[in-house]
Amino acid sequence: MEKDTSHISPEQQRYAFLLLIGSRLGLAILVASFLAYVFGLIPAHVPLDQMAQLWSLPLNEYLQKTNTPTGWHWLSLANKGDIANLIGIAILCGSSLICLLSVIPTYARRGDKVYVALCILAIAVQLLAASGILSVGH
Amino acid sequence: MLGKAIRGIGGFLKTHAVVIWLALSMGAASAYAADAIPAPSAMPWWGFPLALFVTSFLLGIVAVPSGVGGGVLFVPIVGGFFPFHLDFVRGAGLLVALASALAAGPSLLRGGLASLRLALPLAVLASASAIAGAMVGLAIPANIVQIALGGTILGIVLLMATAKKSEFPEVAAPDSLSSALAMNGIFHDAARGQNINWQVHRTKTGLALFLCIGFLAGLFGMGAGWANVPVLNLLMGAPLKVSAGTSSFILTLVDSSAAWIYMNKGAVLAIVTVPSVIGMMLGATIGARLLHVLKASVVRKMVISLLLFAGVRALLKGLGIWV
Repeated sequence: MEKDTSHISPEQQRYAFLLLIGSRLGLAILVASFLAYVFGLIPAHVPLDQMAQLWSLPLNEYLQKTNTPTGWHWLSLANKGDIANLIGIAILCGSSLICLLSVIPTYARRGDKVYVALCILAIAVQLLAASGILSVGH
Repeated sequence: MLGKAIRGIGGFLKTHAVVIWLALSMGAASAYAADAIPAPSAMPWWGFPLALFVTSFLLGIVAVPSGVGGGVLFVPIVGGFFPFHLDFVRGAGLLVALASALAAGPSLLRGGLASLRLALPLAVLASASAIAGAMVGLAIPANIVQIALGGTILGIVLLMATAKKSEFPEVAAPDSLSSALAMNGIFHDAARGQNINWQVHRTKTGLALFLCIGFLAGLFGMGAGWANVPVLNLLMGAPLKVSAGTSSFILTLVDSSAAWIYMNKGAVLAIVTVPSVIGMMLGATIGARLLHVLKASVVRKMVISLLLFAGVRALLKGLGIWV
């Protein structure tokens, strides 16, 4: 017998569907890129055998010693095994954006201005966090 | 066959709960020993990531039956007992909590156990303050974060040991804000076989508390289910199952906004993050299947004692007493 989902709003069901796709895609890419990284299929920006001397360093010292870029500059090194893992992580972090965008038209059609504004605000917060503008350090 | 294997594992875990606790403690202690006497050549590069995977897997198993998120266990235990810098542990912790929330989110939303209407106003505030928390956490010295983390973990231990739960809190009337936002809904309670109408109150206080919760999530890199659920359930009056489901869904927004900050700052290391995420997710899958086999109260006590140990360790490490 099929479960009764009539009490669940269509926008919530759409949000769930898109979140499932985004999270599965992100996780699949993350696992594939990690396997390629640890099995040496793609050369790493920081060699794996040096990591044990580096992962206990404070962040800024680590970044300096390894010449690892911050913000979105990692994209220029996305062909490196360790950095390529950030693609899957970025998809996981960004998977809510498309879900939030998808529910705006439904709220707008219903005249639910407050929830349209809330969705836009949630998207703005995510984009601000993702933008890399907010750079700080120890 | 798989069911048989899981039942077998369940039986083993049931009878060996103390052994698992000791294994977790000893794993942590050996990692601590390696931390105390740095000997980079003593262990191949894959030694700690493998230990991290096993630890995350075990934490994932106990996280579900004990009713706490994996992130809250991960950060103090890995931060206290593994050689990774706390910045990288918090980055990984956020991703662990985010991946777990993303894995559960879609089915919670489809099943009506998470409410988009209830979550959105709270999540907007909490995700904005999580950004502030992440920025503060990455700006202040690591030992200060360790001390604050230790104090917070001990607070969580107290909360876990004393907090009550209410399956269906009584909300006589919704407040004006929750009425205006229509923060109400229906969820199907499979145990009762009926649809339950719910509504919430004390929305303004709830929003203010979510502002604080988001900040802590970003600051410490922990999921915040330990705080979300009591606020939604005990303060705002949402049914327990809706509170737990909505809390998990809120984390998909809160943890992602904080994780962006850690990622942009370079504090997400694949070699620390990915084994943790995979280990925790595999462990949580087993943990969820073992729910009916394990005695939740025993696992919960075990987790509380583990957190107590990790909290004291974080506090002493931050104070420079037990480095």
